Amino acid sequence: MRKINVDVVRETVKKLCMEANYYCNNDIIDALKKSKKNETSSIGSNILDQILENADIADRKKMPICQDTGMAIIFLTIGQEIYFEGGLIEKAVQEGVRQGYEEGFLRKSIVKDPFDRVNTGDNTPAIIHYDIVEGNRLTIEVAPKGFGSENMSRIHMLKPSDGIEGAKEAIISTVDLAGGNACPPMIIGVGIGGSFEKAAFLSKKALLRDVGEHSVIPYVKNLEIELLERINQLGIGPQGLGGRTTALGIHIEVFPTHIAGLPVAVNIGCHVTRHAKKII
Amino acid sequence: MRKKITTPLNKEKIIELSAGDEVLLSGEVYTSRDAGHKRMIEQMERGENLPFDIKDAIIYYVGPSPNKPGEIIGSAGPTTSYRMDAYTPKLLDSGLSGMIGKGDRNEAVISAMIRNKAIYFAAVGGAAALIADKIVSSEIIAYDDLGTEALRKLIVKDFPCIVVIDSEGHDLYKSEKEKHRITKTN
Repeated sequence: MRKINVDVVRETVKKLCMEANYYCNNDIIDALKKSKKNETSSIGSNILDQILENADIADRKKMPICQDTGMAIIFLTIGQEIYFEGGLIEKAVQEGVRQGYEEGFLRKSIVKDPFDRVNTGDNTPAIIHYDIVEGNRLTIEVAPKGFGSENMSRIHMLKPSDGIEGAKEAIISTVDLAGGNACPPMIIGVGIGGSFEKAAFLSKKALLRDVGEHSVIPYVKNLEIELLERINQLGIGPQGLGGRTTALGIHIEVFPTHIAGLPVAVNIGCHVTRHAKKII
Repeated sequence: MRKKITTPLNKEKIIELSAGDEVLLSGEVYTSRDAGHKRMIEQMERGENLPFDIKDAIIYYVGPSPNKPGEIIGSAGPTTSYRMDAYTPKLLDSGLSGMIGKGDRNEAVISAMIRNKAIYFAAVGGAAALIADKIVSSEIIAYDDLGTEALRKLIVKDFPCIVVIDSEGHDLYKSEKEKHRITKTN
């Protein structure tokens, strides 16, 4: 058994909230630079320059890359030999988010009720996903999600007879619909199989991969390559104003499913698709 | 070459601009997004005056992040515009001359733009730190209780924008996508 005080969790979450919002990950910077070489639209190319310059300014000034500092999505991967002491883990995570958003000058974007829409004032509650695994390590990953792209995400409950072609169609049509609203060049997370919520969860989790890191399953990897090519032929381009750079990457996760179903969830990420991780 | 333009944008200035023009905008703009729009429309329906003169004004769809001490504003990139589509025609018919946001608009907005000779600019979504650098002053003038969604008067200097829908209804989101689309032949 390994003891971890929840204060450590709170402090880590707080720091990761700030880091994720200030610093654009290098894999994304590299993908943006690479895509600029292939961009045929001059407006598109200028937009890619602005995105890169913006990342540089945010980094230097330690300010949010995007004003929509998102709803905080927290992934906790907990080794089952860990014993948390000092209080409730849930409370520690929420407190970490509260402090991170306050002390980091991050925007508070959460409303208490979907209809009365009064801001909670501290960006909580965060969405927390727990995963219990073997061992005694704790992995905390913070992925602030903006809703320009989240609003353009979709889930399609296909029939088994729709098959892989149906899944491709569902993914491409979702990206086409997202267009300029989702801040392209996008990063696209896809979850195929499982149940309604499992597919959605997998599509979100797929966004945590480094851009262009392919699935280890050969047919899924091929699907990712084919779909990225087709998506970049849609013409949407940077910010939807035309061009070849519609997506930087597409990450697909698959899971066993029911004899009657073929769920396909598409979670659209914007060009920063923020995430920061720490292993304790 | 980026054209330099200064607010207020009257109709004479607007008709000179065409979809695809990359501009550097300077002068006053007002910030408003979801909750702020709802409130403006409610005020208008009650017959009350808006907290600012909407004639020839520009609204920027943004909810900035908090400013650090000594800074004018936090990060301040555009939010997605279609959520304001339900409110926009009424504002255009009341004198609003343009909007800055990101993403396409519905037919009702485009018709109201043509009818009123208005203009719609896109700023680069996610370029929020860069845009913050172009804001030289920020003042909350109403709806303070809405936090980030409060109505602000900003003064901007050389704010990079692209004309995406012009006063004749030319829509860059449609035309450029078609131009760059590679139709797959099976």
